[in-house]
Amino acid sequence: MIERDQVLHVARLARLSLSEEEVEQMVGELSGILEHVDRIGTLDLEGVEPTAHVVKLENVLRPDEPRPSLPRDVALASAPEPQDGAFRAPSPQAE
Amino acid sequence: MKDLLDLTALEAHEAMVGGDLAASEYTAAWSEAAAGDELNAYLWRDEGGEEGRAIAVERDCIAPIAVKDIFTTEGVPTTAGSCILEGYRPPYTSTAVRKLLEAGAPILGKTNMDEFAMGSSNENSAYGPVLNPWDRGRVPGGSSGGSAAVVAGGLAPWAIGTDTGGSIRQPAAFCGIVGLKPTYGAISRYGMIAFASSLDQCGPLTRTVSDAALLLGILQGHDPCDSTSVGIEGGVSLPGREDLSGLRFGVPAELRGDYDSGVRDVFEQTLKRIEDLGGEIAEVSLPSSEHGISAYYVIAPAEASSNLARYDGVRYGMRAGGDGDLVQMYETTRSEGFGPEVKRRIMLGTYALSSGYYEAYYGQAQKVRTRIAEDFTGAFADVDFVVTPTAPSVAFGLGEKTDDPLSMYLNDFFTVPMSLAGIPAISIPAGLAEPEGGGPQLPVGFQIAAPAFAEQKLLDAAYALEQGIGFDAKPGDGNG
Repeated sequence: MIERDQVLHVARLARLSLSEEEVEQMVGELSGILEHVDRIGTLDLEGVEPTAHVVKLENVLRPDEPRPSLPRDVALASAPEPQDGAFRAPSPQAE
Repeated sequence: MKDLLDLTALEAHEAMVGGDLAASEYTAAWSEAAAGDELNAYLWRDEGGEEGRAIAVERDCIAPIAVKDIFTTEGVPTTAGSCILEGYRPPYTSTAVRKLLEAGAPILGKTNMDEFAMGSSNENSAYGPVLNPWDRGRVPGGSSGGSAAVVAGGLAPWAIGTDTGGSIRQPAAFCGIVGLKPTYGAISRYGMIAFASSLDQCGPLTRTVSDAALLLGILQGHDPCDSTSVGIEGGVSLPGREDLSGLRFGVPAELRGDYDSGVRDVFEQTLKRIEDLGGEIAEVSLPSSEHGISAYYVIAPAEASSNLARYDGVRYGMRAGGDGDLVQMYETTRSEGFGPEVKRRIMLGTYALSSGYYEAYYGQAQKVRTRIAEDFTGAFADVDFVVTPTAPSVAFGLGEKTDDPLSMYLNDFFTVPMSLAGIPAISIPAGLAEPEGGGPQLPVGFQIAAPAFAEQKLLDAAYALEQGIGFDAKPGDGNG
């Protein structure tokens, strides 16, 4: 079960602004999904190693050699608002 | 010789290499077929024409291919089925596509998909759903629905897709074709737009098991650009096994759950077919697999919420709300750019990773993942393969499950455990069944899973079974 306040908090963390309708819907849908997911909470998994990755790989290294990277104009070509060879973004502080 | 479009990709390749088939003529025939797309399966097609192809290929000697729109293609639109990437033309090409081009396979086009590969029906595409070629009132499955529909619908000889929890196998089953999810690490993920990085894997969607082997052979291998890629030792050869003698196939007791009777009938018939071919059926136990869906719908959204943080309206893709401050711009861009399912999964994943819930959800799910992988290791000590139906039903109707996300998720019941364990699994068409509630017969998929990196053995067995089943139904045989 997830409450409305939690939905709003999580949306803030995820940088999503949800409409009133979306918030209502999210409360219902996420609660339903979590109810199913919560079943794993009842399993006794004390001492079981968590798996983050299935292929056993350790320290994959390559020689530290300089290589050309994307040219600046190519990297900026898809930016919504490139300016003076940089990515332009709004100010972090409200005007 | 058969009609050009009736050749399998392998037959066409052999004819081209032998000088019996002009590659230009063959590719032109497929470009023309692709142009007749009435299924909304392509998001972009390479028209070719006088100026040449938009994506250059040095020499064509491999059948042209359809590519899921999740693979970056330099200078060519790549949307991942999302509004947030509308008009995006990546500055680089994914390793999988580069390998296809180097092998000599022209790209026919980019196929429609659920937004960021999140979905089991293709109804989450920002560009409208793909229609199932067997019955246009039904879904093709997802998320690689476009790639499955073009192969089944005669719009491409073969295709590539991606599978995170079943996204190659389930649409292959719904469309009556072959779909292979290789072992995690078999194929490079470089340039494959990330959904859940510890699960995502590229793979073939083809008409035959031999075509899948040919394609896997081209795609597999270590790539310095993806440090998790290792490739398949010894490569992949064309399958040639004629029977299944000496092989043991395990049916998981825990996955004998509740599913459609038509699917069950085809599954049981296929088990008999395995025995007819000399194979042995045994029961195996995968006690943790029934928790696969729960673990998957914590782990995949958690990884997605992190991966999708990059869509912030700064470096590429769309921007909205640029008049406000930075956070307002982020929020407006993401709220307008993402569709409902993507938002739902970002919310679910962010919640599962948030302070106070991390251990209970993400930590616990990772432990379940360990248990599921151990279950398979245990089973493979006794049997060569684990077999299940690919999906609990045949293709369902458009709109049938869109109001109930959980019932949509439960579609992945049979495919998710293999993804969590990272092992290879193939779906081959095993027969036809009537949908629950009646209607024309639709394809049913049979899933075979093998130990990590045992692709060759898996393809050999799937080939023998494919020959034994002799599935030759096609969309429009009085069925659709």
